[in-house]
Amino acid sequence: MIRHLLFAGLFFSANFLQADVLKLAVTSSFENSGLADVLLPEIEADLELDVQLLVVGTGQALRLGEAGDVDAILVHSRASEEAFVAEGFGTYRREIMYNDFVLIGPKTDQAQISVTSGAAESMQRIADAQATYVSRGDDSGTHKAELKIWQIAEREPATFGSWYNAVGAGMGAALNTASALNAYIISDRASWLNFKNKGDLKLLFAGDPVLFNQYAYLPVNPVKHPTVQYEMALEIEEWLVSDKAAGLINNFKINGQTLFVFNGQPSR
Amino acid sequence: MNDITQGLLAALRLIVTFDAELWEISLRSLKVSLTAVTIASAVAMPFGAFLAVQRFKYRRLVISIMNALMGLPPVVVGLIFYILLSRSGPFGVFGLLFTPWAMIIVQIVIITPLIASISHQAMRELWAEYHDLLISLNTSKWQRIKTLVWDGRRNLLTAGLAGFGRAIGEVGAIMIVGGNIENATRVLTTAIALETGKGDFALALGLGFVLIGLALFVNILIHWLSRTEREGRW
Amino acid sequence: MFPLNLVDLSVRRRGKLVLGPIDLVIDQGGPTMVIGPNGSGKTTLLRVMHGIERISEGAADWAKPDHANHSYVFQSPVVLRRSVAENLSYPLHLVKFTKLEINAAVEYWIERIGLGKVANRSAACLSGGERQKLAIARALIRGPEVLFLDEPCSNLDGQSTREIETLLLETAIAGTRVIMATHDMGQARRLAADVIFMKSGRIAETGLAPVVFNAPKTPDLQAFLKGDILE
Repeated sequence: MIRHLLFAGLFFSANFLQADVLKLAVTSSFENSGLADVLLPEIEADLELDVQLLVVGTGQALRLGEAGDVDAILVHSRASEEAFVAEGFGTYRREIMYNDFVLIGPKTDQAQISVTSGAAESMQRIADAQATYVSRGDDSGTHKAELKIWQIAEREPATFGSWYNAVGAGMGAALNTASALNAYIISDRASWLNFKNKGDLKLLFAGDPVLFNQYAYLPVNPVKHPTVQYEMALEIEEWLVSDKAAGLINNFKINGQTLFVFNGQPSR
Repeated sequence: MNDITQGLLAALRLIVTFDAELWEISLRSLKVSLTAVTIASAVAMPFGAFLAVQRFKYRRLVISIMNALMGLPPVVVGLIFYILLSRSGPFGVFGLLFTPWAMIIVQIVIITPLIASISHQAMRELWAEYHDLLISLNTSKWQRIKTLVWDGRRNLLTAGLAGFGRAIGEVGAIMIVGGNIENATRVLTTAIALETGKGDFALALGLGFVLIGLALFVNILIHWLSRTEREGRW
Repeated sequence: MFPLNLVDLSVRRRGKLVLGPIDLVIDQGGPTMVIGPNGSGKTTLLRVMHGIERISEGAADWAKPDHANHSYVFQSPVVLRRSVAENLSYPLHLVKFTKLEINAAVEYWIERIGLGKVANRSAACLSGGERQKLAIARALIRGPEVLFLDEPCSNLDGQSTREIETLLLETAIAGTRVIMATHDMGQARRLAADVIFMKSGRIAETGLAPVVFNAPKTPDLQAFLKGDILE
């Protein structure tokens, strides 16, 4: 009995030692890239604080920020971010870096998307061929980017038949499904490079500017949620736009390929 | 089949090399689930005994609800407690969200009906056996509950182990309220979900085999300690 | 605590009258044998007297209810899922006897019923006769003033029956009031000091044993003693 109470006490006290801990919600595409594993130890060492990463979809990250359950968010969905700031949940958005999305598909490429004038035309070919396609379907940054391209391509997802699979899942899970179905899919480059279950899939198209993917950092507004660690969130933000961060981000490679391009402005 | 072999090898490799992260998340899995089972049992078992011996007006209704609650979808429990424990929610001030205690709380909510239900069933059967004698001996309500709980302890143990199994394999609720944060709230099941999402099936399976091994080990240990299968005992 | 008064007492189950109306006074003495055909209410009467049956009309009251100390032995012995010794000591633990007192009492009774060799084995291992002896010892271990028994030997062999009857006679001689329902007319004759004869939920005849067995007054009892089936 006493042992159990002590045990409980220890657990509880762990909560009160949270003084220098910051909670940061990031999107799965950022975590999957592996960049987090490079940046985080540096942040913790330089700033002497403990950063807890919650890896969730963009929608959930924004929701956690609105509720004040995290201190800052790092996402890649400009329209949603601007709404987040406009509604007063975040103080502002600070651009940090961008990477790109790529079009993945079966190596046989029946829809012939690899040589086209642009991403929109490639997507048109997929829709017109009714080739099996997997969509994130979860309102994430990646999903919203996909929808934007459908718009440019003048195709309406609501009219798509059963060849279009909206899985409602994270990037990894969606890639797994695409691999199993041998389907086309849009992915961020980092997740694709790190993905270990490629099957017969191949990177078929990339490079169109419309596929660029901007990441931004948003501190949660302390006026709305006085309990957030605003000072620490600002310290991390400054670090993320510093020269050191720029160096780490620009030199981050997977299999010899750079992924991210740093575009943070050093001073506000 | 190849994936499974890879998984087994991955599991062996992790165990033999005393992989630090594996130890950390395994220990956390055990801490969370064992704490949840202990607290849930402390509530559910006497409750099951109480339901067996005390007649009251809505008893049948209570028993039906208790049994029905076994079907509570864990992920829904997680969602509800996220809302309750959120900073914007009624209990946000306790700062429990994204800590192991939030995970323990949701697991308690999920497994208490299960433990209560099995305990109640065991206590009910035992009460039917003891009923005449205990009433004849003029026992108090509390003495009856104590006698049933002690004499029925082996079946109660089964109830506890069932609860433990459910808890240690749970992933939906603890993912939402725990956040699967590395070095803070990551456990075996959420790690498996993470690796599966990354497409690293071999590692995910490896972790899965470790989880199975852990659950089996706890069960065998408990049975050995209580010498359940010794001859001549109930 | 004597006498026990049953006044205009009835028991109904699901609307059906199973016992009563009964008027009866139980005072010192005994052993009393309760006899009668199946379904005549013997078990119900005993349970009412012990206080474990709900009364529909009337009352069953001890003169001094606070001092009422009586035990019951069921037709099918109830054993706890524990060892033989633990079964015996259970009633003593309930009223917080000291460890020394408990050990002494258990030792005495376990020898008396001849189960010394299996004291620490699970009571599940006992035979029917041994279980019933255990139940009786457990009922007597607190020194009750009244012992109710409901056909305790109905499923037992001759030797067990004899051992139990001996035990009951010794108990009665030691001063415990024994009230027992039985099927076995031979047993009734062997043990009874007085008799209660029941039919259809009512007390049909009572009296001292020699009178009842040799000169039954009511035709029902005459027929019953002859061995007829009573409707």
